[in-house]
Amino acid sequence: MSEPNPGPAQGPGSGPAPAPTAAAAKAGGGRGRRNRAPRGGIRDREGLAGWLFVSPVLVVLGLFLVVPILMALWVSLSDWNGQGSPFSSGVHFVGAQNYSPLLTKSGLTQSDFMTSLRNNGYYVLFVVPLQTALALGLALLVNGRRLKGKGFFRTAYYFPSVTSSVAISVVFLFIFSSSGVVNSLLAKVGVDGPAWFADPRGVIHLALGAFGINNDAPPSALADTTIGGLSLWDWISGPSVAMCAIIVLVVWTTAGTFMLMFLAALQDIPLEVEEAAEIDGTGRWQRFRHVTLPMLKPTLFLVLTLGLIGTWQVFDQIYVMTRGGPAKTTMTPAFLSYQSSFINNEWGQGSAIAFILFAIIVAMTLLQRFVLRDKDEAKAKAATRRAAKAARSGSGPTTGAA
Amino acid sequence: MSTHHKNADAADAGTTHRADSRTRHGSRLTRVLGYTALVAIALLYIYPFLIQLATSFKTDADATSHPLSLWPQHFTTAAFSRLADADYPRWFANSVVVSLFVTAGRVFFDSLAGYALARLRFPGRGTLFAAVIAVMAVPGVVLLIPKFLVLNQLGMYDSYSGMIVPLLANAAGVFIMKQFFESIPVSVEEAARIDGASTFRIFWSVVLPMARPALITLTILSFQGSWNELPHFIVSRQSPDLNTLTTGVASLVSGQLGLGNQYPIKLAATLLMTIPVALVFFAFQRHFVRGGTAGATKG
Repeated sequence: MSEPNPGPAQGPGSGPAPAPTAAAAKAGGGRGRRNRAPRGGIRDREGLAGWLFVSPVLVVLGLFLVVPILMALWVSLSDWNGQGSPFSSGVHFVGAQNYSPLLTKSGLTQSDFMTSLRNNGYYVLFVVPLQTALALGLALLVNGRRLKGKGFFRTAYYFPSVTSSVAISVVFLFIFSSSGVVNSLLAKVGVDGPAWFADPRGVIHLALGAFGINNDAPPSALADTTIGGLSLWDWISGPSVAMCAIIVLVVWTTAGTFMLMFLAALQDIPLEVEEAAEIDGTGRWQRFRHVTLPMLKPTLFLVLTLGLIGTWQVFDQIYVMTRGGPAKTTMTPAFLSYQSSFINNEWGQGSAIAFILFAIIVAMTLLQRFVLRDKDEAKAKAATRRAAKAARSGSGPTTGAA
Repeated sequence: MSTHHKNADAADAGTTHRADSRTRHGSRLTRVLGYTALVAIALLYIYPFLIQLATSFKTDADATSHPLSLWPQHFTTAAFSRLADADYPRWFANSVVVSLFVTAGRVFFDSLAGYALARLRFPGRGTLFAAVIAVMAVPGVVLLIPKFLVLNQLGMYDSYSGMIVPLLANAAGVFIMKQFFESIPVSVEEAARIDGASTFRIFWSVVLPMARPALITLTILSFQGSWNELPHFIVSRQSPDLNTLTTGVASLVSGQLGLGNQYPIKLAATLLMTIPVALVFFAFQRHFVRGGTAGATKG
């Protein structure tokens, strides 16, 4: 979603055929500069054509992206109940009244919202590292120079990324059903599999259960301290068994897309660099750690942020597979906002949740911008310093000669 | 690309000669391990699709008692004939109609805008491009309620127009086309301009034919995106007649079928909806891969 800054390098054509594209771009840029010569009458016609050309996109994006956001902002601050137009005279401005039950006023609304944040938080915590690691691992495996069947493996790993999330979700409902594929496999090694999508137990709670700490007798220090309408004991539940199945599904599906990004970056590493390291006799792991990984850093950042932004938006899988259940343990803010509005007709509340989610995602994007810009700026500063130094030492004799 | 690889192989052979036998054994072992991992993971990726295929032809009882087997005990097409008798054909037709309109619209409008942003000089161009970038960063999921509000206000809710028009253009597509148009030389256009051709004429008959690779990429991404789209069709319609495959199949899962798991019919429904995208994928794989990173953004 936040492709633009590192985007151009990742854009279309950068992977398979970088050389000709780059050359063409250079040629185009050069000519563009020449074009800047004034041209009189043609200018106006071009200006008109320009606006005409962008107008359809402008209308669609404006009407169904910008206007909706403003309208939803109004609804989130109003008491509209879904009847009639939100701009009719019966609808009133209520200030932050839709936000406070979610954030500050204790009650069911708050504990539901906090539960959804907890669930999504664990989901992010598990999905982002797992999918990034799997994608990187797959890219490294598939990138082997003399690998046979490269195309086949790439296709196999990437295919789930292009298929419908609904279709994949239904297939996984079957795979993780109580008498399904996973449980049959587990039965073969003598393990009694759980009833995946009906099991609300958190995995950290389950792990603690092994030490005799469980839901029947949670430590009072945890059970009695409440933050945001949830007890500490509830906060530390970990993702539920049902959520784990969704985590597996999502990691499995998205790793292929990110694998392609890593692959494009791996192919941009000059061969000489790796060869030099190889001739120096560095081991495989050291080569990866000190040569490959540093060069993959920008892509790694990109994949992590795209993951961070994407995982806060999980909706399709929840809608198809669990609708927030069992016991609200797969409820996420995105699904809660849908449910509050479309099912419960609490439109102000649903919109408020959507805007809080928006804020979370914007914060993630800004965090990434900050981390990336910090590096670029430092690099740019170093470059200017170097240039200035070079200019100073170079200008000495010149001024002397003059 | 191919010369690159030849070089790689040659260089590789060189280093192997120099390497002593110990590392050669080591590399053979790692190669075997590598292949084992590749094949094992490939199985993990392919098996679910095989299960999907096999279960579609099973009976309900067979699917429940032998979930692992890739061969139906009693081969039956009952699931498919039940789907044919139900609303499934209608969902399929709706998906086809919506996807075709959305794909055509995106390809045409996105390339028009991409061309203008790449080539035409007009006041406000820089601001517009910045706006397109900003729009790409808006998370789609927070637009669920807002989109419904506007469609409702405009009287487009629960209609084909409400399902199609909001998807007719997307920022990511504009971005892809702009990038591409910037990469092709201007000389031909200039020649046409000197001949007195209008801007649209130049765009239509000179530039677009040169943009074939990017157009194919955008066509595929648009088709795949609209075929697989779920949230927009949840919030833009409610009538069962307007169900697309995504919303229709989702409703199958949430208890439309009545009692029992009935996995064969559910999986048959997902199998049929996967086929069109799969065909496009295998036919135009390279374009998928090329657009993969840019296409990761929904929008």
